[in-house]
Amino acid sequence: MQSLKQQWFGNVRGDILSGIVVALALIPEAIAFSIIAGVDPMVGLYASFSIAVIIAFVGGRSGMISAATGAMALVIVDLVVDHGLQYLLAATILTGIIQVLFGVFGIAKLMRFIPNAVMIGFVNALAILIFMAQVSHFLGEGYMTYVFIAVTLCIVCILPRFIKAVPAPLIAIIVLTAITFMFNIDLKTIGDLGSITQSLPHFFIPDIPFNFDTLVIIFPYALALALVGLMESLMTAQIVDDMTDTKSNKNTEARGQGIANIINGFFGGMAGCAMIGQSMINVKSGGRGRLSTLVAGVFLMFLILVLGNVVVDIPMPVLVGIMIMVSIGTFDWGSFKYLVKAPKSDAFVMLATVAVVVYTDNLAIGVVLGVILSSLFFVASISKVRIHQNNGTFIIEGPLFFASAQNFVRTIEEAKESNVTIDLSSSHLWDESAVGAVLKVVMKLEEQGKTVKVIGMNPASEKLYKQLLNVSSAH
Amino acid sequence: MYKHILLAVDGSENSVRAAKEAVKIATEESLIEMVYVADFEKAKTEVLQAASSESLLLERKRKVAPIEEVLKETGKNYKLTILHGTPGPEIVKYANEKQVDVVVIGSRGLNGLQEMVLGSVSHKVMKRVQCPALIVK
Repeated sequence: MQSLKQQWFGNVRGDILSGIVVALALIPEAIAFSIIAGVDPMVGLYASFSIAVIIAFVGGRSGMISAATGAMALVIVDLVVDHGLQYLLAATILTGIIQVLFGVFGIAKLMRFIPNAVMIGFVNALAILIFMAQVSHFLGEGYMTYVFIAVTLCIVCILPRFIKAVPAPLIAIIVLTAITFMFNIDLKTIGDLGSITQSLPHFFIPDIPFNFDTLVIIFPYALALALVGLMESLMTAQIVDDMTDTKSNKNTEARGQGIANIINGFFGGMAGCAMIGQSMINVKSGGRGRLSTLVAGVFLMFLILVLGNVVVDIPMPVLVGIMIMVSIGTFDWGSFKYLVKAPKSDAFVMLATVAVVVYTDNLAIGVVLGVILSSLFFVASISKVRIHQNNGTFIIEGPLFFASAQNFVRTIEEAKESNVTIDLSSSHLWDESAVGAVLKVVMKLEEQGKTVKVIGMNPASEKLYKQLLNVSSAH
Repeated sequence: MYKHILLAVDGSENSVRAAKEAVKIATEESLIEMVYVADFEKAKTEVLQAASSESLLLERKRKVAPIEEVLKETGKNYKLTILHGTPGPEIVKYANEKQVDVVVIGSRGLNGLQEMVLGSVSHKVMKRVQCPALIVK
């Protein structure tokens, strides 16, 4: 991995420019995600500022952008509706604490257990939920809303082909906000849904009763947030690793996400995590180092301090249009090919993850169920041992362990020949059940007056076999 | 004589043909450097759909395998380099940085529709590379 100095100052010019681009692209998203979560735009903007600035120092993946995200916003909706902002801030702090613990205990190792089918399901479900969250903002809002959404979509789709330096969503916002003013068009604005405060965030302790009841309320949300946040962050880290052809420290990143969320919660921000889309924008714009993340956060805050009173006049349909594009960008369009190409069980896990998330509105439940489902499929698939028999020789193909042992015993027990050879050269004994199964078969056959030979045990299996039988391993 | 030949490949039929031409202009002392660019635009899908970074590497190696086959058969010196970025500009940057003697590239890659919109990679490379370029039909 690069030295810390390299991570900060190895790419100053590229980092500053890309940080500015990201800040411009972050503002509409931070506001829109606040609206999804049902809080004031400032909660998402403060979160994006705090998280980006802190993670620049404590993150494990340089060049990655973390801020308020859609995934986290979707998890906290119910908490905000039922208990309000103060509980959200408390939950954010608790999320951070859980994430730090995950980081300390080495969560990166556990991430290997989340199969790609679940990850694809996760991003697809996220895309669908982000889209669904927009529907209430345009249904029944009059035809002008639809026109503005359509124009926004066109600008965001087409403009990047010609103008690369300025993010297209920002151009859409500026042009369309100007048009509503010029022609005095009556549309819902961000100001109708919340207010913008032109001041820096400050430290305060969330105003909640510090008792067990509070913990019972916020803990399930914090756990879900910790899980979803780490999942998206580590997924994003993998993508940035690949794009930049460099390594990252996943445990440091998990701990860093935690530290960022703890501080963020005390400064009035909602829980956040790394963002796939923004991180890709950063890398594509030339950002590689920690400086790019820092610049993104600081410049975002600067813009809000300077332009806050203009931001409230942005028409909602423009923001909705941008969010529809975010949803399209989040969806993994390679999924359709994946459904055809991947093994049936993987395709099923992917679809099940999406279905569970969309049904329960909860990304964390979808991920957990997806992991359980795919591990069951995995065990089922490797527990199939193939047994070829030929004149009393049984060739075992596939690993022997608790799930496959029974099948093995049942087949060999029924041997008719009086001389039986069990060939284990294409197999491996994994555990007590496997060793026990071999013993059991030999005993049973010998009881029937047959001679049994076990051949081809590989060294590791033989060692286990002898160890479990208390035989000295000396030959 | 071309000492350092940059052969830009994407795994398509065209890059196999380009490889055959690269072999023709290579001498015993030449090095044919196969360059494959892992496209930024595809990074998300590729990472999500690969079980691990190891299997992603395998997937990319598999893409260039037919080209590698051509070079191996002729016994010329070659090596594979995987870059990350936007194919056109990345190849140009690399070729200019390494001051290669010639760039060999297939005229059309895998996706015809995208090229209608974005313009062809080979065209961009030819325009901006600071050495001779051989575009193979």
